Amino acid sequence: MITNTNRSPEVEYVLTSENVSLRFGGIKALTDVSFRVRRGETFSIIGMNGAGKTSMLNCISGRYKPQEGEIIYLGKSLKGKSINSRAQLGIGRTFQNLALFGHMSVLDNIMVGRHHMLKNNFLTGSLYWFGARQEELRHRAKVEDIIDFLELQQVRHAQAGTLSYGLRKRVELARAIAIEPELILLDEPMAGMNLEEKEDMARYINDLNAELGMTVIMIEHDMGVVMDISDHVVVLDFGCKIAEGSPAEVMDDDKVKDAYLGKAENIA
Amino acid sequence: MELFVQLMINGLIVGSLYGVVAMCFVLVYKSTQVVNFAQGEFLLVGAWTCLSLLTYFELPFWLGFLVTLAFMTVFGILLQALVLRPLIGESAISVVMVTVGLAIFFQAALNMIFGSFAKPFPQVFSQETIEIFGLQIETAYLMSIVPSIIIMVAFYIFFKRSRWGLAMRATAYDQQVAQSLGISVKNVFAMAWAISAVVSGVAGIVLGMVNTVSNGLAFIGIKVFPATIVGGLDSIVGAVIGGLIIGVLENMAEFVDGQFLHFGNLYAIAPFYILIIFLMVKPYGLFGTKDIERL
Repeated sequence: MITNTNRSPEVEYVLTSENVSLRFGGIKALTDVSFRVRRGETFSIIGMNGAGKTSMLNCISGRYKPQEGEIIYLGKSLKGKSINSRAQLGIGRTFQNLALFGHMSVLDNIMVGRHHMLKNNFLTGSLYWFGARQEELRHRAKVEDIIDFLELQQVRHAQAGTLSYGLRKRVELARAIAIEPELILLDEPMAGMNLEEKEDMARYINDLNAELGMTVIMIEHDMGVVMDISDHVVVLDFGCKIAEGSPAEVMDDDKVKDAYLGKAENIA
Repeated sequence: MELFVQLMINGLIVGSLYGVVAMCFVLVYKSTQVVNFAQGEFLLVGAWTCLSLLTYFELPFWLGFLVTLAFMTVFGILLQALVLRPLIGESAISVVMVTVGLAIFFQAALNMIFGSFAKPFPQVFSQETIEIFGLQIETAYLMSIVPSIIIMVAFYIFFKRSRWGLAMRATAYDQQVAQSLGISVKNVFAMAWAISAVVSGVAGIVLGMVNTVSNGLAFIGIKVFPATIVGGLDSIVGAVIGGLIIGVLENMAEFVDGQFLHFGNLYAIAPFYILIIFLMVKPYGLFGTKDIERL
């Protein structure tokens, strides 16, 4: 069974963004964005292209450093924490453009996610001494659980770069789960998928919440999916938060309709 | 005929040393995407350090050897931390140019400290050469096979089986993603440079014992370049095989040159002919990864 290493005392909100502003030179990518993510929910960030969704995710994962405001994770500020230490604290992520290690097998891709839980040091680990082998086997067992969870048995030994797009997305999710995150950031998990693949992915995301107890922050363009599986939605437009609430509330918001869904209705 | 066999065996033994140095080259390239043109100078630093420990401080060989390994570890980590870490994120070509600069710097610095004359190692083995089937083989070369094989096997296990090796491969492929999975890229880089420095140091000591220590030793770093290209720039196995090919080829060239052609220096340039031919015909080398992606 995949377990979630509970890194925290019970807090109601896993992540809080407090007045986060991010600038690149004169361009404001994010302005004064605040929201709170409740433990165990699926939280979606939506908005037009260039609204700042991925920038927001990058601020959480540590790739961008906001000039103002603070991001609080499990009651502690993330300021000054490197990308890898945030991952070690339990923030996992997938990427908008596929970012698998294409030359490695699916198994190895997922194993990379276990690296930070390595107990043996570099010498014993590299030469397989003093229990390093047992540790390796224990992690292998966890990885097998993840493979079962995401139904990747068939492609376990396949080279990741040769898989179909939908499968690669799934392997990427598996790799993010392998770090046993408390909070998982999904950047367009369904982009470029067909309907069947989207349904599968939506089911997996639901299971992340329900079975593994992970909190999910997701960026997604497919409104149908967002409305179906989200507990809470934040809408960004030109870097500002324009609405927030349950999917139904957001759908009903006039500003959102103007900025976003007004056009989407015609397309749908 | 005897000369031919002698040269062949020399070629294989020297080739295994080339292979070891080529592996360092590949290690650094694989994990940091940097082609280290100061590789040869690492050998030189190792050889000079060991030599001065043995002659100046008069340590016994085994102790001098171990102290050199420790020194090279620190050397590799410091070099990475002070010179190369600030360059993370810069384009590959800038970093490569810095390694060229480092090569020049170390050449000059070592020249200043140790002088430009070749110095021999004190005799380590009681017999300088060993006779096997009527062939005279340098003891140091013969003994070098042991560390070479140990290093090769360790490298193989490290990359294929251990998760540190996996972390290194992941970092090589995409630093951002590796970081997002909790891997400290800084540590991985420091480790790669440290291993490269230590292993190069070992090779430098062996070559120094056979040939004497002088700045010319650093030329190995350039000779190893054809070996890595032949094997494939990112393949550990390829590095070993490339090293052996270049070692044998060099000695074959000497044989052909000495017996028939009488050019006089084919020995020195043959590896580079191979380098050029491989770059034209098989640029990824024998075992290198080709970039293929299904879209």
